[in-house]
Amino acid sequence: MNNNLKIREDIDDRKEKLVKFIDEKRGKGYNKSALMSVLHKAQEIYGFISTEVIEEISMCLGIPTASIWGVVTFYHFFTTKPRGKYIISVCLGTACYVRGSKRILNKLKEVLGIGLNETTKDRLFTLEAKYCLGCCGLSPVMMINDEVYEKLTTKKVVEIIKNLKAESEVHYSEIN
Amino acid sequence: MGNTITIIVNNKPYPVEDGQTIMQALDKIGFHLPRLCYHPKLSVEGACRMCIVEVEGSNNYVTSCTAKVAEGMKISTNTAELRKARRDILELLLDSHPVDCNTCERNGNCELQDLARSIGVKIRQFEGEKKQYEIDLSSPAITRDPNKCILCGRCIRMCSEIQGVNAIDFTNRGFDSTVVTAFNSPINSSVCINCGQCINVCPTAALSEKYYTVELFRELSDSKKIKIVQIAPAVRAAIGEAFGMEPGTNMEKQTVATLRKLGFDKVFDTQFSADLTIMEEGYEFLNRLTNNGILPMITSCSPAWIKYAEQFHDEILPNISTCKSPMSMMSSILKTYYAKKIGADPLNILSVAVMPCVAKKYEAQREELKIDGIGLTDIVITTRELAWMIKSAGIDLVSTKGEEFDNIFGFSSGAATIFGVTGGVMEAALRSAYELYVGETVVDIEFNELRGFKGIKEAEIKMGDKNIRVAVAHGIGNANAILEIVKEDPSRYQFIEIMSCPGGCINGGGQPYAGSEYIALNENLLEKRASVLYQIDRSKTIRRSHENPEIQRLYKEYLERPNGPKSHKILHTRYAKKSPRGVVYNGKM
Ligand code: SF4
Ligand code: SF4
Ligand code: SF4
Ligand code: FES
Repeated sequence: MNNNLKIREDIDDRKEKLVKFIDEKRGKGYNKSALMSVLHKAQEIYGFISTEVIEEISMCLGIPTASIWGVVTFYHFFTTKPRGKYIISVCLGTACYVRGSKRILNKLKEVLGIGLNETTKDRLFTLEAKYCLGCCGLSPVMMINDEVYEKLTTKKVVEIIKNLKAESEVHYSEIN
Repeated sequence: MGNTITIIVNNKPYPVEDGQTIMQALDKIGFHLPRLCYHPKLSVEGACRMCIVEVEGSNNYVTSCTAKVAEGMKISTNTAELRKARRDILELLLDSHPVDCNTCERNGNCELQDLARSIGVKIRQFEGEKKQYEIDLSSPAITRDPNKCILCGRCIRMCSEIQGVNAIDFTNRGFDSTVVTAFNSPINSSVCINCGQCINVCPTAALSEKYYTVELFRELSDSKKIKIVQIAPAVRAAIGEAFGMEPGTNMEKQTVATLRKLGFDKVFDTQFSADLTIMEEGYEFLNRLTNNGILPMITSCSPAWIKYAEQFHDEILPNISTCKSPMSMMSSILKTYYAKKIGADPLNILSVAVMPCVAKKYEAQREELKIDGIGLTDIVITTRELAWMIKSAGIDLVSTKGEEFDNIFGFSSGAATIFGVTGGVMEAALRSAYELYVGETVVDIEFNELRGFKGIKEAEIKMGDKNIRVAVAHGIGNANAILEIVKEDPSRYQFIEIMSCPGGCINGGGQPYAGSEYIALNENLLEKRASVLYQIDRSKTIRRSHENPEIQRLYKEYLERPNGPKSHKILHTRYAKKSPRGVVYNGKM
């Protein structure tokens, strides 16, 4: 499991990508006004904006870290915590709730070993709650990235997670 | 600019100067509008909207701190609607503000409280959701209580525009908005240099020094300890203000007397060890000068400057004098020479320092200052804390009969007194260095080029065969500017004085709040405080550090010679690069 993370970092050219992007911006004479687009790029590349990335941007753009932190936390679309490859959103809207989505959520917490808005150590899964995903007829539902999983049971959930894990294992060993 | 125009305020015409803001114009003709985010020394943010006025022809209220006056402008400052609008804005702030003025440090000296009273906020019928942040007690120097923050942003602008440290900024938005360090880390692990200037401009108790008064009261009742206190020069120049006295009143003798009343066994003067600092620093300078040492030499008394340099400019560390600050020199002598002299265990001596400075609390905890593992200054309190302790103990500072400092560390030269104001350390150093180098006394010992509140001051002194160029900077922004000059032209100066606080220690982060007549950083206020120190200097017969007979005796009995091995062990220190998170960039490129 932890190997996956390692492999990912081994093939890490993300910092290079980001610095290149910043250099291009700087070349155009943007600098400070480039902050927003640099942050968007950083989030796109890393999936989240870490303290290290903020320090890097600070150095490249000449903006104090405290100010960048201010901008990152001001906008909800930036996140400072790592997010998983799979973002699981469990619907806790009324319809799903009465049909036991709370139990689904608890099961997910149990198998993943994380709480709400947390990410597994291997950075595969992030667990979130949503209020109505607009598929009440199929409740209880959850979404994993763009895909909707309907009429869930705790058993189904365990199965889904198992499959996704297996898939990732294959994926990373292929890279290796 | 300069043209006189006419504006109509509340139906009466007034001639005012063109080019200024409505607030500036109204201030001069005697209308003091409420304000929270505005500070005359900082950039204008226009965020709090407390300062609104009505301007004919404008549909919305106008924030007077941002809008400029114009010929014929019709302004209303006090209509019923305006009064209500201001009250609404203030009530919104108060809704989420803790209701604990009774126990608050700023009670009686709080801009929010004053406004609530003057704007006529009545009993709150509806209490909003209170902020619930943890108080940040991580630092030995600065305490942050975000619950009391009204988001005026003055601290942020102070830290960035004047100090150039950029330690803090707003985070989040709306109700969750608050002022934090980078990555929301505890302030002690941030790049904050503990200068405390943000405290002085904060309108509420959201920022303050870390209090040690309770601990000190406890220690003072310990009859087994030998309780010794020292006070810095700037304390006597300002403490009166906390007792309603006119700024510029010298309270030296009364302060000494009240410290005895508080229970201290000995009251010594940091000015004594300032003389000692000049001996060590003066000889260190001459040493560097004559032996091809690293120049320019930069002073080391200001602990916030030291942390700044260690974080942002480690290339300059070899230039900084290795002398401990006067506070730490005093404590060093107390725990070594003095302990032996009175036959006491150094661990049984309680060394307390009353300082105008918040960063001294941080300095006191620096490991590298210790001698053979023994800590030096046990407790540092600010001028404000001492004022509170005096009041709390029921002592009347104002009518107390003045007393003299104790022997043997109570005697000082005039040079030591002016340590408390920008340019003073340099002036004191030159008074002695000149004589020690040239062998004759300086005729005119007042160096007027080094006085006053210009951001960077320069002077050139002919010392025998050498032309010495010196510079003085106060406020870290100015210090940074000097370092830039040095980078460009390393041989431009031979000696540089840096104090972290604008104006020097007289305007330290621990000095009494500026009160109602003045605001923080006001030049007249600084001038008055400085004049106390210059007057004391002028009134002394001994005005050069090396002529202080007690200093001479200390060298004879114990330290041997300035910069000798003994004094190096006791009175000197070292610096090292520091890299707290977020230190990569300091605001200038
Ligand atoms: S900061 Fe001011 S208004 Fe707030 S509790 Fe303290 S005294 Fe009262
Ligand atoms: S103490 Fe000084 S460095 Fe620290 S936050 Fe306040 S102004 Fe900035
Ligand atoms: S901490 Fe004080 S100065 Fe800073 S924003 Fe809050 S109220 Fe204003
Ligand atoms: S003082 Fe004018 S908007 Fe705050």
